[in-house]
Amino acid sequence: MRGIVLKYNQKNINTDLIIPARYLNDSDPEHLGLHCMEDLDHDFKQKKDNLKATIIVADSNFGSGSSREQAPIALKAAGIICIIAPSYARIFYRNAINIGLPIIEFDDISKINTGDELEINFEDGTMNNISNKSEFKIGKMPKFLQEIISIGGLVNFAKKIILEK
Amino acid sequence: MGLTITEKILRDHTDNKNAVAGDIILANVDKCLGNDITAPISFDVFDKIIEGTNKGVFDREKIILTPDHFTPNKDVASAMQSKKLKDFSYKHKILYYFEMGRVGIEHCLIPQEKLVLPGEVFIGADSHTCTYGALGAFSTGVGSTDLGVAMALGKCWFKIPESIKFIYTGKLNKWVSGKDLILYTIGQIGVDGATYKAMEFTGDVIEKLSMANRFTMCNMATEAGGKNGIIPPDNITKNYLKDVEENKYKIYNSDKDAQYEDIIEFDCSKVEPQVAFPHLPENTKPISEVHNMQIEIDQVVIGSCTNGRLEDLEIAAKIIGNNKINSKLRCIVIPGTQEIYLEAIKKGYIELFVRSGAIVSTPTCGPCLGGHMGILAANERALSTTNRNFLGRMGHIESKVYLSSPAIAAASAIKGYITSPDY
Ligand code: SF4
Repeated sequence: MRGIVLKYNQKNINTDLIIPARYLNDSDPEHLGLHCMEDLDHDFKQKKDNLKATIIVADSNFGSGSSREQAPIALKAAGIICIIAPSYARIFYRNAINIGLPIIEFDDISKINTGDELEINFEDGTMNNISNKSEFKIGKMPKFLQEIISIGGLVNFAKKIILEK
Repeated sequence: MGLTITEKILRDHTDNKNAVAGDIILANVDKCLGNDITAPISFDVFDKIIEGTNKGVFDREKIILTPDHFTPNKDVASAMQSKKLKDFSYKHKILYYFEMGRVGIEHCLIPQEKLVLPGEVFIGADSHTCTYGALGAFSTGVGSTDLGVAMALGKCWFKIPESIKFIYTGKLNKWVSGKDLILYTIGQIGVDGATYKAMEFTGDVIEKLSMANRFTMCNMATEAGGKNGIIPPDNITKNYLKDVEENKYKIYNSDKDAQYEDIIEFDCSKVEPQVAFPHLPENTKPISEVHNMQIEIDQVVIGSCTNGRLEDLEIAAKIIGNNKINSKLRCIVIPGTQEIYLEAIKKGYIELFVRSGAIVSTPTCGPCLGGHMGILAANERALSTTNRNFLGRMGHIESKVYLSSPAIAAASAIKGYITSPDY
């Protein structure tokens, strides 16, 4: 997977900042995507579009707060294909995997900047920063989680099990 | 190598009999839970999974649905959500659907009804599902998709968590409760101090703690980022379950040589009643310091899944006694369940609250999440026995929420500022 980075050097970016509660009256992903991150950064959409960014890098405890699944849905609908942060709130982590949004735990976010192009290989557990020619180990994502993501999320995974029975 | 109680319970719920902390498993769940906010999304997930098959719910006796957040329905939108719970429950013959008037705040109701037992794996689409670890179950909050999948398959994936062992020793100071111990703990380790981890609460203080206080402590494990809180069952647990046949549940204990990520010991004789300041539960201060600040408040809330049990109401009633609620503030008392409500009526607490000038509500989450029944205006301050004091949690984005035990809340309701019954 390849993509350009938009970085926020902020800890505890909570689910209210990712998708404010006032937009939860409509669960249509497109609508959620339009308002994604708007309380964190009013220019999120414009910055993302100008850079053609698809990867968000942020500081620790990303996605804290409520268990709302609308948070990763909004990010995915906004065209984000991967998130990189030192740590995540645990229900956000689950929800992201469950809807098929890959998410990487990576401590050394100082080595990545807005505008950098990354190449991520989940199978080998490596990440290449093409822009500053550095390579990192990201640890392999557990097979089981890779499987859920590759099949498009937990719903498809469960459907497969039901059909096999 | 020894195992923790959390590892043992999860291992026994999967085919992988060698699974240890760090491994990802697909576990069989004993029960799963949804409420009026989270379950509607799960129903859509469930319908997608079973679409085109002749399958139904995995077990109609293992699904619990509790319309408790915005109920009795506060507006049309919440009525529509609640109706979805009812319709799904009747369609799939769900055994544990609790209609309004019989429902209570889920995390008070479920242990009370013995719908969770030691050794079980319990998931709920609600972050405070970690409450039931107080009974020695593995119990955790999940997302709506997880719940939808669990309703179809009876399974949920987990990474078996590493555990942090907390040891509480020493003699408890006056008015120090489970709430103060957990606030103190979060103050020490921070809101992400136990992220992904099991928080195992042990020590001679815990061994003497009542079930109500144990529920309060495990309830707030999620406020430190924890996956679950857990207390190994003992005689206090067994006594709580005296109406349940002992062969219906399984007691697990951590091995002496179990591996812990960290072991943290607290000398409780140094712990005073705690107050968490806006806007994070980790912003704790001891009451002696807070008292001197003379923080005036506009609202006191005594209730919620953290502190809406009979013991909590009892402490509040004893402190309020014949006093009147301070003329400048509203005091809202919410029993956690109908049974707690009835007991409180029998014991005279409810009459005492009403005479003192407090508001008593039917069981509901209500103000805890800024739903209804006590929303704050701009610049208002509330002292609440709930578990979260995030920005705007109880109403206006410019309001403030302080967290405390019922004793501190009741004393402050009389005085009008945050204080202890001792001052
Ligand atoms: S009382 Fe508050 S914290 Fe508990 S379940 Fe209800 S809304 Fe959530």
